[in-house]
Amino acid sequence: MMNNAEPPAIEARGLTVVRGPRTVLRDLTFTVPKGQITGLLGPSGCGKSTLMRATVGTQAKVTGTLNVLDHPAGAPALRSRIGYVTQSPSVYDDLTVRQNLDYFAAVLDPGRGLAARRRHDHVTRAIEDVDLTSHADALAGNLSGGQRSRVSLAVALIGAPELLVLDEPTVGLDPVLRRDLWNLFHSIAADRGTTILVSSHVMDEAERCHRLLLVREGELLADDTPQALRTRTDSETVEAAFLHLVDEAIAAQRDNTPTTENGTPSTENGTPSRSPR
Amino acid sequence: MNAHRTLATAARVLRQLRHDPRSIALMLLVPCVMLLLLRYVFDGSPQTFDSIGASLLGIFPLITMFLVTSIATLRERTSGTLERLLAMPLAKGDLIAGYALAFGFLAVIQSLLATGLALWALGLDVTGSAWLLLLVALLDALLGTALGLFVSAFAASEFQAVQFMPAVIFPQLLLCGLFTPRDNMAPALEAISDVLPMSYAVDGMNEVLRHPSVTGAFVRDAVIVAACAVLVLALGAATLRRRTA
Repeated sequence: MMNNAEPPAIEARGLTVVRGPRTVLRDLTFTVPKGQITGLLGPSGCGKSTLMRATVGTQAKVTGTLNVLDHPAGAPALRSRIGYVTQSPSVYDDLTVRQNLDYFAAVLDPGRGLAARRRHDHVTRAIEDVDLTSHADALAGNLSGGQRSRVSLAVALIGAPELLVLDEPTVGLDPVLRRDLWNLFHSIAADRGTTILVSSHVMDEAERCHRLLLVREGELLADDTPQALRTRTDSETVEAAFLHLVDEAIAAQRDNTPTTENGTPSTENGTPSRSPR
Repeated sequence: MNAHRTLATAARVLRQLRHDPRSIALMLLVPCVMLLLLRYVFDGSPQTFDSIGASLLGIFPLITMFLVTSIATLRERTSGTLERLLAMPLAKGDLIAGYALAFGFLAVIQSLLATGLALWALGLDVTGSAWLLLLVALLDALLGTALGLFVSAFAASEFQAVQFMPAVIFPQLLLCGLFTPRDNMAPALEAISDVLPMSYAVDGMNEVLRHPSVTGAFVRDAVIVAACAVLVLALGAATLRRRTA
């Protein structure tokens, strides 16, 4: 598992992102190893999507170092090597599933003849991957929410990208589909050597990742394997480990902030939380 | 830029429209119905119909394409497909040219129908060539596409985008010389109308109406409209940002 010879897929040092008046990500330093599934976990609004947008190069006001596949994030050379799934499905509702994929495939791999045949194979495989073959000729707008998000995922799978950035791809899916998709992610990582960065706020999905980045309020709480996290915090589940780390962070924050700054107590109900062990 | 990506984009836009036959019908038929209406509104004064009809042949494509493009581009922005495309190896020029091609194609059909109807069924009396009318109509359509693309960047919702129509199009409509010759306007308004592109679209149509051959003024008008379209398209391209906040 430890292969230090290979450079990481994503390397961040002092990564900071500002949106309007708010610093959404504060001084993050981490690496994402190649060929593995790295989970990006944290509560809604903690900066997961912003981190993913920075990785694919669509986020403005990114400072610090962020290298993706040995290029600075957002470099033109990366645009055909990364598959990106936004949180809400980004497909054309007034096109069929296949027409959607055909178009995005043509953007990735333009041309006639050989390229067209290659595209046809890629599109067919992507539709099979997300199990939508029976709906290939249905309008995306007529599909259910879960089906549309799978179309969005299929677009990202076209052309076997080296890095897949998936922003909450399993939200709103039933348990069977969620399991199937996670099996798909694992087979993509294992068979195609694809690096996957996947975000979720559902903690049970964390157990399925090789590595985890836990984020809270724009700061990195942990960067470890699920197993190591559970051991370190002496917890049964990743969820418990996450809560443990959050409590620790809150306690540390409280110890560091002077209490005289303003009169009102800054914590909810004013009751001190459990002190860290 | 890449010709294949541009054509793929144009084909995609047209494919989207094909799933929406009602919009296509409205786009193509409304100008014809308006001309028909106008013909019988001015039943007693055919000269008025000649001048207003010719001007409208230039104005319809501009308005239609403005509306269609601003909504379509806004949908592209809000649905997340624009962000996805700009994270892919698609040049901004490919996207804009793709839209311009697709809507330009539609504008040609619209203008063919409207011009054909006006000239042969409604007896619009034009001294010059019908092809020149068509050329100006096409340039106007491109200008409408360009303006629509540009304002879509400033609209946060489809609701706002529709409000840009009166804000951007109506002043031009009032000042373009459709209702009264531009040199009859208050000097300040005439000066404003001199810098609005629709004025030249209408001037160009009137040149074709009155002169049997291509005049210098017609060439000037056509070049100004085309240059405005290119300029606004470039501005529109500048509003497409790969990185957004």
